[in-house]
Amino acid sequence: MPPNNPRSLCASILAARNLSACIDVGLGARRSWGELAGEAAFAVRRAELQQSSVVVATTGQLDAAAALIQLDGTVRRMVLYPPDLSREHLDYVARLADAEWIVTDDPDLESSNCNIERIVPRRGRSTNEGVDRGQKVETEWILLTSGTTGLPKLVKHTLASLTGAISPHNPSSVPVVWSTLYDIRRYGGLQIFLRAALTGTPLVLSDAHESIAEYLSRAGVDGITHISGTPSQWRRVLMSPSANKIAPAYVRLSGEIADQAILNQLKSQYPEARIAHAFASTEAGVVLEVNDGVMGIPANAIGHNPFVEMKLKDGTLRVRSSRTASGYLGQDSPPLRDGEGFVDTGDVLELREDRYYFAGRRDGTINVGGLKVHPEEVEAVINRHPEVGMSLVRTRKSSITGGLVVADVVLKSPKQPGEDRTQALQREILQICRAELALYKVPVGINFVSTLPVSQTGKLVRRHA
Amino acid sequence: MDVKAEVIAQFQQVAAEQGLQLAPLTDELALFDSGLDSLCFAIIVVRLEQTFGVDPFSANNLSFPVTFGDFIGCYQNAAK
Repeated sequence: MPPNNPRSLCASILAARNLSACIDVGLGARRSWGELAGEAAFAVRRAELQQSSVVVATTGQLDAAAALIQLDGTVRRMVLYPPDLSREHLDYVARLADAEWIVTDDPDLESSNCNIERIVPRRGRSTNEGVDRGQKVETEWILLTSGTTGLPKLVKHTLASLTGAISPHNPSSVPVVWSTLYDIRRYGGLQIFLRAALTGTPLVLSDAHESIAEYLSRAGVDGITHISGTPSQWRRVLMSPSANKIAPAYVRLSGEIADQAILNQLKSQYPEARIAHAFASTEAGVVLEVNDGVMGIPANAIGHNPFVEMKLKDGTLRVRSSRTASGYLGQDSPPLRDGEGFVDTGDVLELREDRYYFAGRRDGTINVGGLKVHPEEVEAVINRHPEVGMSLVRTRKSSITGGLVVADVVLKSPKQPGEDRTQALQREILQICRAELALYKVPVGINFVSTLPVSQTGKLVRRHA
Repeated sequence: MDVKAEVIAQFQQVAAEQGLQLAPLTDELALFDSGLDSLCFAIIVVRLEQTFGVDPFSANNLSFPVTFGDFIGCYQNAAK
């Protein structure tokens, strides 16, 4: 799609060749692209929502898909509220987005600040007659990522920036059936959703209430050919007795660093498949895809991409392209792009021989199975223990989830505790963490150390890797 | 050291810590039917590495364990 074409998602779907292709989310719920783009799919009062700011907070993916298709090109701004984000942040997100409406099917969802449009999914007819189809709005798409303080960050995209990496035509003559292990309200899943929508391709999505084995069986019956997920999600697939129910031609990994073990294991399980690992993030957009089955990035891939400019500055990868987000929403937010329009991915790359390897995040962010953990948030909780002087939270490699959280703790008393007291302190600190933090943020190990490295500016030195 | 007993102990320990109901641990039990999730398995693997000094899944092995019996087998083979 050319970047300056303001054609809405709905109009693009209607222009695609195959309107009968379906999204299948399991439990008998499926809808064709034609139905989702048509009138009967969605009962929301589009006329009233015109030009407004809307939070899409549906429970299921099919309702989210219908909302995104119906609202793009109509509303000024829509926020994709992911299902795994605590609902306690809803008011904060709605306030930052100046939202007037929340679209949801959740009967228990309340908001003191917004109108709530309860969608009655797939029943009745919508009242689209009042909508001025000629009016075109370039809708702002807001994706949520985790922030240092525990509050989500609101990342600004447009349909054009989100679809910059998508070719509208399937170059292969073989029919494609897409699937993704991501939720479509996360950047990785949204990429696949938009890819399928713009190419009129069937799409198989997982349901939060089904097991991985049930999902794989269904995906196998639907004959999926192309499928994406994080390395941790793929490890889960490979640990399922139903891994052999699918026979994909293309397997894509993104969202976490792909190590050589998972690339080899996937090649072994799916010998016919092309195994690709992509580098993409909500902020930087789709940067590149590596197809040679080897971890890391070939050195010549950086600086030789016609669509994405890449450079290394101060050790981290910087990206400039029409696919990056334009900024964060909120007055106090830091700029996303530098003066030249480059986005700092924050990923540290190290050159060894003729390949770049990821060496962690410069800010120390830990990736636990695709979920980001900011060390500052965990340190603040640990430091509440009265005997803790300071703490440093860092990553520990995991063969299952990529990374896990561990903590180095300096006690206030210079005297090292005895073994019994050490164990008691570990228990007490973990108790505070479990009460305050999501389980994936709770350290799996606590080490007591005598000092922590502090820089000349007085900040903790965070080792990446 | 009894590998199987140690693995069972860690499954029970992590299930208790995370407040999860653990299914009876038979050799045929599919790991994801045990009541534990990926995060739990990651924690178990870290703890078992502290005990046995080895993480059998970090090596270039080409298959992941599917059942509880496979999982124990990975550690028994690594200990040889």
